[in-house]
Amino acid sequence: MNTILLLGDEAVALGALHAGLSGVYAYPGTPSTEITEYIQKHPLARQRNVHSRWCTNEKTAMEAALGMSYAGKRALVCMKHVGMNVCADAFVNSAVTGVNGGLVVLAADDPSMHSSQNEQDSRFYGKFALVPILEPSDQQEAYDMMDFAYQLSEQTKLPVLMRIVTRLAHSRAAVHVGEPRPENALAPDHERTHWVLLPGNAKRQYASLVGKQADLEQRAQLSDYNRTEGNGQTGVIACGIGYNYVREANADDITLMKVSHYPLPAQLVRNLAAQCREIVVVEDGQPFVEEQVKALLGSVYPVGGRLTGRLPRTGELTPDSVAAAFGLQAETFFKPATNMAARPPQLCQGCGHRDVYAALNKVAADYPQARIFGDIGCYTLGALPPFQAIDSCVDMGASVTMAKGAADAGVFPAIAVIGDSTFTHSGMTGLLDAVNDHANITVIISDNLTTAMTGGQDSAGTHKYEAICLALGVEREHLHVVVPLPKNMEDITRIIRQEIEYQGVSVIIPQRECIQTFARHQREKKS
Amino acid sequence: MKIDIKLSGVGGQGILSIATVLGEAATSSGLHLKQAEVHGMSQRGGDVQSDLRLSTDTICSDLIPHGQADIIVSMEPMEALRYLPYLHREGWVVTSAKTFVNIPNYPDEQQLMAELDALPHVEHADIEALARDNGIPKSANMILLGMAARHIDILTPDSLRTAISRVFARKGEKVVADNLRAFSIGYEPK
Repeated sequence: MNTILLLGDEAVALGALHAGLSGVYAYPGTPSTEITEYIQKHPLARQRNVHSRWCTNEKTAMEAALGMSYAGKRALVCMKHVGMNVCADAFVNSAVTGVNGGLVVLAADDPSMHSSQNEQDSRFYGKFALVPILEPSDQQEAYDMMDFAYQLSEQTKLPVLMRIVTRLAHSRAAVHVGEPRPENALAPDHERTHWVLLPGNAKRQYASLVGKQADLEQRAQLSDYNRTEGNGQTGVIACGIGYNYVREANADDITLMKVSHYPLPAQLVRNLAAQCREIVVVEDGQPFVEEQVKALLGSVYPVGGRLTGRLPRTGELTPDSVAAAFGLQAETFFKPATNMAARPPQLCQGCGHRDVYAALNKVAADYPQARIFGDIGCYTLGALPPFQAIDSCVDMGASVTMAKGAADAGVFPAIAVIGDSTFTHSGMTGLLDAVNDHANITVIISDNLTTAMTGGQDSAGTHKYEAICLALGVEREHLHVVVPLPKNMEDITRIIRQEIEYQGVSVIIPQRECIQTFARHQREKKS
Repeated sequence: MKIDIKLSGVGGQGILSIATVLGEAATSSGLHLKQAEVHGMSQRGGDVQSDLRLSTDTICSDLIPHGQADIIVSMEPMEALRYLPYLHREGWVVTSAKTFVNIPNYPDEQQLMAELDALPHVEHADIEALARDNGIPKSANMILLGMAARHIDILTPDSLRTAISRVFARKGEKVVADNLRAFSIGYEPK
């Protein structure tokens, strides 16, 4: 047995590879990106030709993984929490079809929104889809659980949702690792009544899924990943990494029930309640277990957690907030410094997005009514000083469609700014709507030839953007490619002005490689 | 025995290399280790930090609680001050003295250094100038690690030197030699 230092993400990746993974399907998103990157670089994955190329978005990833599972092989889908929204249709229905080869869907949640737009808790998706959920509490469990997850998936014939959070994904610890299993053989399913979700089949399949729930709960009740320690008066249900913070706090007189495998085993909760005077639920994210425990125990039994204010309602758990829930306030010795200022992230010096915003701001100064709809990526930083150039940033692709809706309502000029990778992820369909509606919008696809925000992964549409826009119906004379450099500023601002004045859809593609990936490519050439 | 280390700096300054060397040394010394890093958005010129916990016993939390850090190691002086509430009463602050000003409202430098100097256990040096003067401009972070190593009893300097050799091995002998020299400059000031 080997011991190696691994990020939580890497432990998941290696656990999957050792479980006989045949393909990982993913779109980059913090804090999940390193899982796929680890598999891409791993010698075993190369030797076995494990699929690991990035997908266009989470929905294509989820569906391709389901196809691999259909073919009998083990597949992994990875995404950040909001990716679950993108693949939800495929994910929820994959519970109804069921799986053939093991299928694990990994969602990396980001409580405290270190790099995200919301704090949604993916465990709700697991419950919603009626599938088992695993939530490792540390790097070792993250590794061990992958093998368990694939077995569970193949035994129950269901996808398994694995939920991690930023602090596990991006924290390193020593992990004992075992030997790799062989991959599953190719063995496509032929049970069409499972896979063709016409109403007649779907009704049967859904009834069968509901019928599996008692077995899933029984498995969680007997799971090694759920266990109870101690025999104090206060019952503590600690989920995932919440368990570590409770252990760190070292509170007296508690009975600690660790939960890392769902559905929540009701009998274990009832046993804990009978043994204790109160229950405190410590979970990272939203009050998923707390609500269920309240429903199980009724309104009289005292249950504390994020809903009652015993723990903060928002933000990630910290060792301090958990200790405070048990009356153990950390002693601090130094006050926050007085000579202090916030240091927000910013666009790199020399980045092409900077030139795009400089140009947009110049033009927008002549159009006080202009609204610039932004999107998700490095260029979202254009919202901050010195540019303060964008009016919205909501979800992948929303720049194009929000600009269209605003233009429909009469906003002029309505301008969308979207990155290359975000455009192929979720912007193309919106552009088709705009073309079909002859919407009066100007779309800037700021193309840096990579998925930069997450560290420079390949972008699905590189060198194809003009062709895509033309094929979607953008008119040739209103499609421009420019190079965003200060020396071209006059040209760029002239083109933006001209296209704002055109009554219809125009697309301008400022195209220059991300300076981070450019520097990396130069280094690779040298060595 | 355990030590909690708060590493801080500005995205791109190389705090993760310090963390990697400490992690490598800790693992080969048979210590338990947890190291929470910052990836993603905050790396773009914003403040970055990493919690590194080393112990002879099992470590529970990946994050260091307030008031418990034994040492703050920082590539930038204001970023060192940012984490003061995490510092233990007896804890050390070891930081680069060179400010990195990429925001318009950066505090007054003299007042900032005065606040730093008022701390009970603090060491700072212009590691960038030291690195430049010694002809190893890319190894400033290993000078800082050398300075910090004097307060990290749980790891021997030899284990750190071995770790530096291993971590930088694939970049070639010269890079290893430069970083070992940088470590010594920090560890054994003249």
